[in-house]
Amino acid sequence: MIHINQLERIFRSRLRRRSVTAVQDLTLSIEPGELFGLVGPDGAGKTTTLRMLAGILKPTSGEATVNGHDIVKEAEAIKQELGYMAQQFGLYPDLTVDENLNFICDVFDVVGDAREQRIQELLDFTNLHDFRQRRARQLSGGMQKKLALTAALVHRPKLLLLDEPTTGVDPVARREFWDILTELHASGSTVIVSTPYMDEAERCNRVGLMYNGRLMVCDTPGAVKRMLPGAVLALRADNLAAAERVLKDMQQVIDVQPYGDVLSVIVTDHGDSAAIEARLSEAGVQVESLRPAPPRLEEAFIYFVRQYAANNHRPIEEVRA
Amino acid sequence: MRNNNHNNQNVIEVHSLKKMFGSFTAVDGISFSVPRGQIFGFLGPNGSGKTTTIRMLLGLLPPTDGTAIVLGHDVRKQALSVRARLGYMSQKFTLYNDLTVIENLKFYGRGYGLHNRKLRERIDYVLEMANLKGREHQTPPSLSGGWRQRLALGAAILHEPDIVFLDEPTAGVDPLSRRAFWDLLYDISAQGTTIFVTTHYMDEAEHCENLGFIYYGRLIAQGAPGTIKSQHLPGEVIQLTPVHAAGAMQALTAAHEAGNLGDSLDVSLYGAQIHIMTRSAATTADAVRQMLDRANLAYNDFDIIPPSLEDAFIRLVQAQNDPVHQR
Repeated sequence: MIHINQLERIFRSRLRRRSVTAVQDLTLSIEPGELFGLVGPDGAGKTTTLRMLAGILKPTSGEATVNGHDIVKEAEAIKQELGYMAQQFGLYPDLTVDENLNFICDVFDVVGDAREQRIQELLDFTNLHDFRQRRARQLSGGMQKKLALTAALVHRPKLLLLDEPTTGVDPVARREFWDILTELHASGSTVIVSTPYMDEAERCNRVGLMYNGRLMVCDTPGAVKRMLPGAVLALRADNLAAAERVLKDMQQVIDVQPYGDVLSVIVTDHGDSAAIEARLSEAGVQVESLRPAPPRLEEAFIYFVRQYAANNHRPIEEVRA
Repeated sequence: MRNNNHNNQNVIEVHSLKKMFGSFTAVDGISFSVPRGQIFGFLGPNGSGKTTTIRMLLGLLPPTDGTAIVLGHDVRKQALSVRARLGYMSQKFTLYNDLTVIENLKFYGRGYGLHNRKLRERIDYVLEMANLKGREHQTPPSLSGGWRQRLALGAAILHEPDIVFLDEPTAGVDPLSRRAFWDLLYDISAQGTTIFVTTHYMDEAEHCENLGFIYYGRLIAQGAPGTIKSQHLPGEVIQLTPVHAAGAMQALTAAHEAGNLGDSLDVSLYGAQIHIMTRSAATTADAVRQMLDRANLAYNDFDIIPPSLEDAFIRLVQAQNDPVHQR
């Protein structure tokens, strides 16, 4: 459905006489029916990637096709076939839900009986029926996101590009939004969603971890977690701050990450737990429990970024123009 | 407790606290306490009363009913001397965009009554802690979200408060910066400062030692993250990613409803994943594998995981909503 080859985008600023490489060396294929998660911190290149795929932004070099259409030469055809939801609310705040949807239907040429039927169907689907007459600005953040998604769906796109659709949305609204994505995925739509949340990334069938414009890792969430070297031990103890200080100096400890009342200790080998327990009690830390735990995607992500920064990564290149 | 070297007295004690705005009840008789040095997470959807509670604890908003004791003093008659021992980082970025980092810190420090050497020492500490050394002369708009947020935290703890209140401090901040921010909170907490933080990020809530779930003004659960999960969602979750979601979901739901899926409690599709809630994962896992293999349904990433805090939260919210729907 999507084939990306060596895609690159450089933003040049004449005023400051420098350029920033937002996306580089991006090669990736996405199959029909995938629920693909694009994960990474701010400035990783997620939005730039989605905008290029949506035919809104031209790449500096490289190429990509969406549904067989070239993203530069056939950008208009792509726009007809996909639904794009920008990170910022892109509808009219002073129009009602109904007025906004009618406007979008005009744009995509959804007319006549088909229009009312489609709007009804979508309002059922996104549970916005009771709010048809409400102005968009008076909707809660979560409902605005649902309205934006509804608008992206009016022309029945087979492919959806969603740019951080749940950022700033509370957990109840977020769950509702994901219930909608789940239904879209189950009915065969291809969905590409960017997110800063690791728990959302876990729910995708594949994730791409982006950092500084590059795709660091791309695989199923399970495979990405298995790439984490060594093993994870979950430590509960009476004084985690002291435990952390002690563990960081141990040779067989790769990384220590606090998670509330648990300390995640990434070690070279599960068998090290006896040595760790001995060292902790030597330092006066009372261990409540030290058990092997399944790795989390967040642990893997933090580890990859640290590795990437330490080894082969160069900071976003600042090229003198 | 991250640090045991302090006495376990409560620095916040709240009993049946209530706040009405006209006929609207923003906070509906909540009770909780926070021991010194703890990281306490106050969790809930937008509009559930989190900010109103913080404003009452800070002495900025008088309660309609109930009591709130902060650092041993009733918030209704909170003296300035008590307020000087509290720090507050509000939801909105409150520093001056046209002042540099160092000018902002000086301004806040003087506002808290710090001068001369003490002020210089504290600013130095904050710059070091927030990793802002070398950026002293930049203005906030030229800093990225993570830096700005650490600067705002620095300004809130310049005067070494006993309690710092953080109102959704990481909204809209990326995961790496959030991680760095939480590392800072752990450091501050280890030094004995109590941290009261509101959030609606569940992964962040997992970082807190104790939690209160607030929903439409009412506290619907409290306790350590592990306790809340085990109380409200006993059991485990089998998680797998089917190659074809719809087909696998149909087959598993049918087996679950017929009682042929071990002791499964619930089957749900969440994104590309199927979650099967069960009391004993071991026997159910075998039943699930056999069923999928027999039906020739391929899958990846078969895991047994503990239920998440978000699952517990959604379950609690549903329990709150159900009686209303039945009426």
